Amino acid sequence: MDRVQKVNLAGLAKADYAAAPSTLCKGCGHNSIANQIIQVCYELSLRPQEVIKLSGIGCSSKSPAYFLGQSHGFNSLHGRMPSLGTGALQANHTLRAIGVSGDGDTGSIGLGQFKHLVRRNVRMAYIVENNGVYGLTKGQFSATAEYGQDLKYAGHNDFPPIDIAVEAIVAGAGFVARSFAGDAKQVRELLKAALSYRGLAVLDIISPCVAFNDEDDSRKSYAWGRANERALQELGYIAPQDEIVIEDYDPGTTRVVELHDGSRLTLRKLESDYEPNDRLKALERLQRGEQQGELVTGLLYYDDSRPSLAEVSGLGSTPLSELPDHLLRPSREALEGLLAAYA
Amino acid sequence: MGVQEPLTGPRVEPAAAAIVNDFSIAVATANGTGSQTANLALLRSFFKMGIPVHGKNIFPSNIQGQPTWYHIRVSRHGYIARRPSELLVAFNPATIHEDVAALPSGGVCVYNADIRFHPERADLTYYPVPVKELLEGTEVSGKVKDYVANMTYVGVVARLLEVPLEVVRESLMHQFGGRAKLVATNFGVVERAYQWARESLHKVDPYRVEAMNATDGLIMMTGNEAGALGAVFGGVSVAAWYPITPSTSFIDALREFLPQLRKDPEGRPTYTVIQAEDELAAMGMVVGAGWAGARSLTATSGPGLSLMAEFLGLAYFAEVPAVVWDIQRVGPSTGLPTRTSQGDVAFAYGVGHGDTKHVVLFPSSIEECFEFGYKAHDLADQLQTPVLVLSDLDLGMNNWMGEPFSYPEEPLRRGKVLSAEEVERLERFRRYADVDGDGIPYRTLPGNPNPRAAWFGRGTGHDEDARYSERGDDWWRNMERLRRKHDTARQYVPTAVIEETPGARLGVVCYGTTRYAIEEARDALAMQGVALDVMRVRALPFGSEVEDFIARHHDLLVIEMNRDNQLRDILRAELPQYAHKLNGVGYVDGMPLTAEWVERQVLAHLEGRAS
Repeated sequence: MDRVQKVNLAGLAKADYAAAPSTLCKGCGHNSIANQIIQVCYELSLRPQEVIKLSGIGCSSKSPAYFLGQSHGFNSLHGRMPSLGTGALQANHTLRAIGVSGDGDTGSIGLGQFKHLVRRNVRMAYIVENNGVYGLTKGQFSATAEYGQDLKYAGHNDFPPIDIAVEAIVAGAGFVARSFAGDAKQVRELLKAALSYRGLAVLDIISPCVAFNDEDDSRKSYAWGRANERALQELGYIAPQDEIVIEDYDPGTTRVVELHDGSRLTLRKLESDYEPNDRLKALERLQRGEQQGELVTGLLYYDDSRPSLAEVSGLGSTPLSELPDHLLRPSREALEGLLAAYA
Repeated sequence: MGVQEPLTGPRVEPAAAAIVNDFSIAVATANGTGSQTANLALLRSFFKMGIPVHGKNIFPSNIQGQPTWYHIRVSRHGYIARRPSELLVAFNPATIHEDVAALPSGGVCVYNADIRFHPERADLTYYPVPVKELLEGTEVSGKVKDYVANMTYVGVVARLLEVPLEVVRESLMHQFGGRAKLVATNFGVVERAYQWARESLHKVDPYRVEAMNATDGLIMMTGNEAGALGAVFGGVSVAAWYPITPSTSFIDALREFLPQLRKDPEGRPTYTVIQAEDELAAMGMVVGAGWAGARSLTATSGPGLSLMAEFLGLAYFAEVPAVVWDIQRVGPSTGLPTRTSQGDVAFAYGVGHGDTKHVVLFPSSIEECFEFGYKAHDLADQLQTPVLVLSDLDLGMNNWMGEPFSYPEEPLRRGKVLSAEEVERLERFRRYADVDGDGIPYRTLPGNPNPRAAWFGRGTGHDEDARYSERGDDWWRNMERLRRKHDTARQYVPTAVIEETPGARLGVVCYGTTRYAIEEARDALAMQGVALDVMRVRALPFGSEVEDFIARHHDLLVIEMNRDNQLRDILRAELPQYAHKLNGVGYVDGMPLTAEWVERQVLAHLEGRAS
C-alpha cells in the first residue's frame, strides 16, 4: 500500500518546510519556536519561495537555518537585521518576512534599529527569542534580564530590564504580543496572525536558555513561565478560506480581529477587562505583571490603521527588484531634455 | 553723483594693458546671506559668454553668520584649478582686512562702503559700493533686503568687467528657475548697481571679459548632481542615507531627478529613498536591497563610511552588490567637514575586517560622475560586490563645466543572476561555486519560485553551497576565489587615462580632481622645457595599463590630497618590484591643489629634494 503523504493547500508536505537540523542545545526554547514556525507556515500553506528569513547574530539568529530550507535567508550582523530587512522588503515588498532576533540582538546592540523598524512599520513578523542571557559567549546578562538576578557565571544583575514589548508599544508598533516557548499553541496562533499583519508585528517570546538561565526562580525559565503565565486571551486564528465557527460566542467575552489578508484572530478573553486596543492600558498591564511577578502573554496591543513602509512609499504591484530594464533606465530623450536645463 | 576716482592704485589705462578672460575673483561674504545666488549668477554669466569658468564655494560648517568665500576663475585657456585671486569682492566686515591683505600687488578690491574700512595698501585699486544707498527705495525689506544686497556687487562687477546686463538677467532667470518676480526683484538691484557704477566709477584696473565660444554646447552642473543623475540612469531603485556634508546634495539631487524620470506606466515610483537613523542602518538597507535584487546606493562621507565598515565587510564576504558614494571631506569625526580631501582611499579600498579588497572608482569630472554613476551599478551586479565611488567635496558640491552626458549605449548588466528556469536546468545550484573560473559565482534572488533556488546569506564561514562551515579549507578556498574575483575586476573597471610626451623626465600619477592643477602645471612646466607624462588612475583594482606605465618610467611621483600618500602605498604594496621608484607628495590643507604648488613639487623632486 502506498503511503499517502499529507499535503496542504499549496500542495506541500510538512517536510517541504524543514531545513538543516538544529545545532542549538537540546531543550532550547528556540528549537521549539523554529518547529512552530515550520508548523505555522505549513498550516498557512505559504510557499517557502515567497518567504524570507532574516536574523542578526546570536543563538536565536542561528535558528533561521533550521526552518524553511527552501526560503532565501540572511543571517546578517549583530543587531542590524532591521535595516537589512527594511532594504530587502523595499526591494521586494511582495515577500513575507520572518525576522528572528534575540534579547541581546534587539534589546542591546540593536535597540536603535529595532525602534526605527517599528517606526517605519516594515511588514515583517519580528520574533524576539528572549532568554535574558548571551548564550554563545557563555551566559552574560542581557538587557532583558531581571533586576537583581543572580546567575552562576554572570553574577549579580545591577540594572533593570528593558521590556521589548514596552519598547515596541512606545515606538508605535501596531501588533505587539508576548508569548512563552512552553506554550506552543499560543506561539502558533500569534505567529499566524503576525504573518497576516499589515506592518511590523512584534512577538516577544520568552524562550528559556537551558544552558545558562533556566533555574526555577529565573523569570526566563520553563518552570517559572509555566507557573506564572497569565494569558490575556485564548487565541484562535482563522484562515481567510475557513468558515468562522466560534463556539460559545459571547460578544462580551470574545473579540474578533480582522487581519489585513482577510484572516481573523479570535480572542476569547481570559481577563475580562482587557482590550488590546489601548496603548496606555497595555503598558499598565505589563507594568503590573512585572510588579506582581506574572508572565503576561497574549495579544497586548493591536491597531492596523497605520500603513506599512511599502504603502507609504507608494510602491506598485511589481517589486522594485523585478522591474524590467526599460523602467529602470529613462530614455535618451529624457536625458537630453534634462540636460538642456543645465546648458 | 559724479564719477569717483579710485581711492588709490596704479593708474592703468584699460585699453593699453587689458587682461582679458584670465583672472580669478574671490567673493567674501557671511554665510546664510544668500550670497550663493549672487555668486552663481556671476559664474553663469561668464559661462553664458562662452568663457571657460569654474567656481568654488569655500564655506564654513555653520548655518549663518560665519565667513564664506566664493572663488571664480575665468580662463580663456580652459584652466580651472584654484589659484590666488586678483579681484576681491569684500562684503564681509569680519574678514575684509585679511582678504585685502591676500590680494597680489595690482589687485582690485570692490567693497561694501558701509563697512568700517580704511584702504591702506597703495598697490591696489579700490571701488567702494554704497550698498545701503543703492537699496534705498527698493520694494524689499527685512531678510530679503539682506539677500538682494548681494546683487549690488553683481551689478558693479558686471559693469567693471564689461559683462552685458542681459547676460546677467538670463543667468538670474536660470538661478531662479524662471520665477519672474524673484528675477525682477534681484535684477532690479543689479541694474541699479550697474548704472550707478557706470555713472560713478572710473575704471582703471585692467581686468575685463570678452565673449568667446569655448563653452558652446557645454553644461554646468555639480558632481553630486551628475553622479545622482548617473545613478538614476543606472536603474538605482533603493537609496538609503543619513545626512552628512558634503554628500547630502547627492541625495537631494537624486530626490529631485527620480520623481521626474522614474515612474511606471501607472505613475508609481520605480524607486524608494529612505532617510535612515544612521549610516549603519543606511548601509544595512542598501545591502538588504542588493541581496533582494534591487540596485541600491548610499551617499556619505568619511565619518559615515566608518560606520558602514561592518556592513561593507559583510557584503564583500556574502557577495552582495551595493554602491557607496563617498564624497570625501577632511579628517575623522568632524575634522574639517566643509573642506576637500582624498583621505579615504586606503580605508575605502580595504574597509571591513579580515581580508577585504573593494572595487573603488575615482571620478574627476561631472562627465565621469555621470558615467560612473550608472557603471558602478553594473560593476556591483557583475562582480556581486560593493563598489565605492570616491568623489570629493570640491567635485561634489561645486559647479563644473562639462560635455553633455553621453547616453549609456550598453544595456544594464545584471550579472550572473539565475532565473527559476535556469536553476531547473542545473543539476544543482551552488551559490559560491566558481563555475566560470573568474571567481564570480551565480546567485538567485529571494522570490525565485524554484524550490532549489534558495540559499542562505551569512557572514559565517560557508562552503560552496552557502552552508555553515568552520572548516579551514573551505575558508581558505573561498578567500582565494574572492581574490580571483578581485583580479577579474581589473578587466571590468574604467582604465587609467594616460598622456605621454616624448622626452618626459617624470611620470606623474594622480586620480580625481587633482588633475586640474596637474594638467595646468604640466603645461607650464613644458614651457620651461620640463616634460611630464601623466597617468590618471580611475579605479582600484588597477588594470595592466597602470603596471605598464609604472614599469616603463624610471621616476614616478604620485600626487594626492592626503598626508601619507595612500594611493602610492597601495601601488607599492601591489607592485613591490617598483616600490623604489614610486615617490609621493601629499597636499593636506583642505583646499584643492594649485598648479603653482604642483609645479614647485615637481621641480623640487627633479632636483632631488622633494618638499
